[in-house]
Amino acid sequence: MPLSWIVLGLLAFAMAGFFLGRARATRAVQGDARKLHSLPFYYGAHVFLMTFVSAFGLLVFWMAAQPSVIGWWIGAGLEGEPGAITLQLSEIKRGAAQLLETGTSPYDAASVVGAGAVRYAGMVQAGHLFMVVAVVLVALGGFFVSLRQVSGEFRARNSVEASVRGLLIGASLIAILTTVGIFLALIFNTIEFFRIYPASQFLFGTVWQPSSGGGAMQPLGLLPLLWGTLFISAIALAVAVPIGLFAAIYLAEYATPRFRNTVKPLLEVLAGIPSIVYGLFALLTVGPMLLKVFGSGGLGWMQGASSVMTAGLVMGIMLIPFVSSLSDDIINAVPQALRDGSYGLGATRSETIRQVVLPAALPGIVGAIILAASRAIGETMLVVFGAGAAGRLSANPFEAMTTVTAKIVSQLTGDSDFTQPEVLVAYALGTTLFLVTLGLNLLAQKIVAKYREQYT
Amino acid sequence: MFDAKISETTVTQNDIKIAARKVQVYYGEAHAIKDVSVDILDKTVTAFIGPSGCGKSTFLRCINRMNDTIPICRVEGDILLDGEDIYDKRVDPVNLRARVGMVFQKPNPFPKSIYDNVAYGPRIHGLARTKADLDEIVERALRRGAIWEEVKDRLHQPGTGLSGGQQQRLCIARAVATEPEVLLMDEPCSALDPIATAQVEELIDELRQSYSVVIVTHSMQQAARVSQKTAFFHLGNLVEYGDTEQIFTNPVDPRTESYITGRIG
Repeated sequence: MPLSWIVLGLLAFAMAGFFLGRARATRAVQGDARKLHSLPFYYGAHVFLMTFVSAFGLLVFWMAAQPSVIGWWIGAGLEGEPGAITLQLSEIKRGAAQLLETGTSPYDAASVVGAGAVRYAGMVQAGHLFMVVAVVLVALGGFFVSLRQVSGEFRARNSVEASVRGLLIGASLIAILTTVGIFLALIFNTIEFFRIYPASQFLFGTVWQPSSGGGAMQPLGLLPLLWGTLFISAIALAVAVPIGLFAAIYLAEYATPRFRNTVKPLLEVLAGIPSIVYGLFALLTVGPMLLKVFGSGGLGWMQGASSVMTAGLVMGIMLIPFVSSLSDDIINAVPQALRDGSYGLGATRSETIRQVVLPAALPGIVGAIILAASRAIGETMLVVFGAGAAGRLSANPFEAMTTVTAKIVSQLTGDSDFTQPEVLVAYALGTTLFLVTLGLNLLAQKIVAKYREQYT
Repeated sequence: MFDAKISETTVTQNDIKIAARKVQVYYGEAHAIKDVSVDILDKTVTAFIGPSGCGKSTFLRCINRMNDTIPICRVEGDILLDGEDIYDKRVDPVNLRARVGMVFQKPNPFPKSIYDNVAYGPRIHGLARTKADLDEIVERALRRGAIWEEVKDRLHQPGTGLSGGQQQRLCIARAVATEPEVLLMDEPCSALDPIATAQVEELIDELRQSYSVVIVTHSMQQAARVSQKTAFFHLGNLVEYGDTEQIFTNPVDPRTESYITGRIG
């Protein structure tokens, strides 16, 4: 049975439960709803939630757990060293998938892989059948138990409240657990990388020259990439923070409401332009323009259109609406009473802004800047286009350099062999990025907390 | 009607400080102040009373052009400060506000230290030549604000950490520090408890020696206690203006009598 039909069936069944539960509650008090503990709607909702949520939860859990359970089962029957088993298992899975789809296996049924694929396919089908049965049973169970609970005294409203709370907790748990999961996946693969590649060589190496099949001898130094990332981000922030902040101050303090209401949505549209479009802009417009001035025809500092300056400038432009929109909201949140107080003492607008409004808004503005910095560090498409491809440690902003993110892309695109250091290094790079942005966020929190202590 | 009157400080000089003639204020289409003419005396406390929305705060904010910061607000008529029209094109509202200080309904200390709060105005207007000068100005202002004893050991702690009554006295000290000629107070005690209110009222009476004080209040007892002149506003009109004692004991207009006896408002 296809999945969508199961879900639709469950929904229909649970809706029926809703109406039955509501009707049963009304009947229990001879139609006088005032004698019910809760409004009739809540009795229906109680039956609906008990039927649908429990069965649907089981469905999701089963589908998430089934592949790993079957894989573990089949894998336990295979012989060989761990690496070989993993390889065999993925072949078995591929075979089973084809078997289920077309009915024919690509492998000889007598071979280990072929037999495994047949077994695997069989278990998938059986598992699916069990799942449908279990889901239907749980739905029926929830339906009848909750329907029986319905009576005049039953506190359906409180029960629905508890369910709603449970749903909300579930949603936040999913958000937290996926983050933890991503982090763990990064960490484990990073550890795997450091097993086959010396950590000191990665962390302190000043040369980045991956070569396929180079093993532990190839130079995979982090420093040139990190330098590129930080250099570009610094230029981007140097462009975005002053311009964005001044634009926000103009919008919040000087502009007429009409102007503000027109410009602010426009700025927010600008923030929604995909970064690859900015990348094109960098590659085709800004790069050549810079080249004309700083290239061999001009000052001679620049070799090609791709450079730290190109990527940094365009990234700065990309971040302006981000900084200004956030700062504008924050400046607007500063109480009018503070401005009145300052004007009342004979201060001008710019004095008021500099000495009263901005200090009061500073924690929020610092937060906005750190958010922008996190985005700059994590930005990928723009630097792939604008910054260049070679890792280089140089102080000249007109040279092409590359960044951590751009190298993650290049190490993982194409055929990837996840046992080689030049591929696994992507995880170590990812962890580095994660730690840098985490550090920035902690720093921001610290700044904000310190500021709060002082002034409120 | 009368509580114990705060002992009158002898004041001799009573020239006209502010003269308003046929003042009209519009908020967009709404006509908020209708044809108000009033003379406010120097070294006198003048109370504006009246029901909510009667325009007393709006009129107060005309006197230091705070209404300029509201885009839809329009003021007509003349307001003269020492005979000069404050709505004249040549008058800089920023300088005007240095001469006509204001204390607001809710205490609004800046997110700065107590010292910096008080030093804010003097610094902007360049009143102090040296650090010692500034220290002296701050101390004098805090003493006049009757808060020096409470904060002298914590001048560099944030002003927002003070209690509500202390914050309001800090705001008064902050306004006094710029040496204004007129002090406008918009319900300065409405967020304060009775003890803090009493302190602020005492302070107002002392300030009368140096300034012309205009206070908007909802408390008629307060108006009776602190002011020598009272103006009663109703629906945007100035109904009656006279000596406080006369307004509260022998009002001319029946609306004034209704209000002070609690029948309207």
